[in-house]
Amino acid sequence: MKILIVDDFSTMRRIIKNLLRDLGFTNTDEADDGNTALPMLRSGKYDFLVTDWNMPGMSGFDLLKTVRADENLKTLPVLMVTAEAKRDQIVAAAQAGVNGYVVKPFTAAVLKEKIEKIFERIQ
Amino acid sequence: MGRMSDNRKIHRDLEPEVTEKLRHQTAELSQCVESGDYAGAMTLINELSEVRDQSLYREVGRLTRTLHEAISNFQIDPRSPEQKEVLSLMTDASDRLAYVVQMTGQAANRTMDLVEESMPIASSVRGEATALRDEWQRLRRREMQPAEFRDLYGRIDAFFLSLTKDTDTIYNNLSEILLAQDFQDLTGQVIQRVTALVKEVEEQMLSLVVMASHVDQLTGTVHQIENQDVSAEQGVGPQVNAEEREDVVSGQNDVDDLLSSLGF
Repeated sequence: MKILIVDDFSTMRRIIKNLLRDLGFTNTDEADDGNTALPMLRSGKYDFLVTDWNMPGMSGFDLLKTVRADENLKTLPVLMVTAEAKRDQIVAAAQAGVNGYVVKPFTAAVLKEKIEKIFERIQ
Repeated sequence: MGRMSDNRKIHRDLEPEVTEKLRHQTAELSQCVESGDYAGAMTLINELSEVRDQSLYREVGRLTRTLHEAISNFQIDPRSPEQKEVLSLMTDASDRLAYVVQMTGQAANRTMDLVEESMPIASSVRGEATALRDEWQRLRRREMQPAEFRDLYGRIDAFFLSLTKDTDTIYNNLSEILLAQDFQDLTGQVIQRVTALVKEVEEQMLSLVVMASHVDQLTGTVHQIENQDVSAEQGVGPQVNAEEREDVVSGQNDVDDLLSSLGF
């Protein structure tokens, strides 16, 4: 299971990386926005994408839409972990095909629950 | 709602002497026109525009003065020698906020370093304790050979030794994590000072807007201010006062409810 973590703040990437490791996912890579994430996703055979929304360069929402429009990536499970809390945004993310939405600040238990739910649905 | 009352404050009436003169002269003007005294009417029109010009100059004068005061209050007047030494408060404010980002980043990384160092120690202590307990149970059930017992004897000895060392390390790491939180005091003070500055700037800006609106009134200028609709697609950051807002979720439970209402 190879996971890409996209967030512009290195501390948040580190927190998510640590939580994922506790859940048994040790194969993770990091990117700081959509523009750096996309080439990695296209060449790296990732199984799961965890992304923030608000980032300089390409936002997580644009990344999600680009992933869904890409023939090779469109089935990639995407979990959004973000401080964006407007109802309209959550609806937009759902319509764009997000698989899970975790709002910051979050707990380890919430992240675990959402990830397990996503994998349950895939398997 | 606060903005509406501000608008009302801005659209203050013209000065009473001006309105009085305006009322008086328009009445005279209409009399002149009715009686066919066009030369008199033209003179009155000239006088009227003079009154308007005079008030306009006065308001522009006031605006300039207020603007000047506002600028000196921000200490960005480079002509003053003392103020040359003091960095512009505005630049200072962004420096201060950069300092907050730096301090909080440092504290977060320091804390995570210590946590990442402590976690493997805690799991290795746990691992060895579990293994020793299993051996100990075998010993109690008298299932152990003398050679195995000698081996266990040494392991327990080593475990006690490392237990003291490991728990000391974890204890020290925890106490360093505690100390790493001291940024809150410093960043709190810095943020409070920047907040005070922003408030001051806001007040100065408002008084400038009030001044400028008098000029607009005299010149009859109406501004077309377009309502900019900010797209949330790029992200708008964390919501403050989420509990008081209808269009914002106040936590993960709200998110889950919203998504399940959409059939997720």
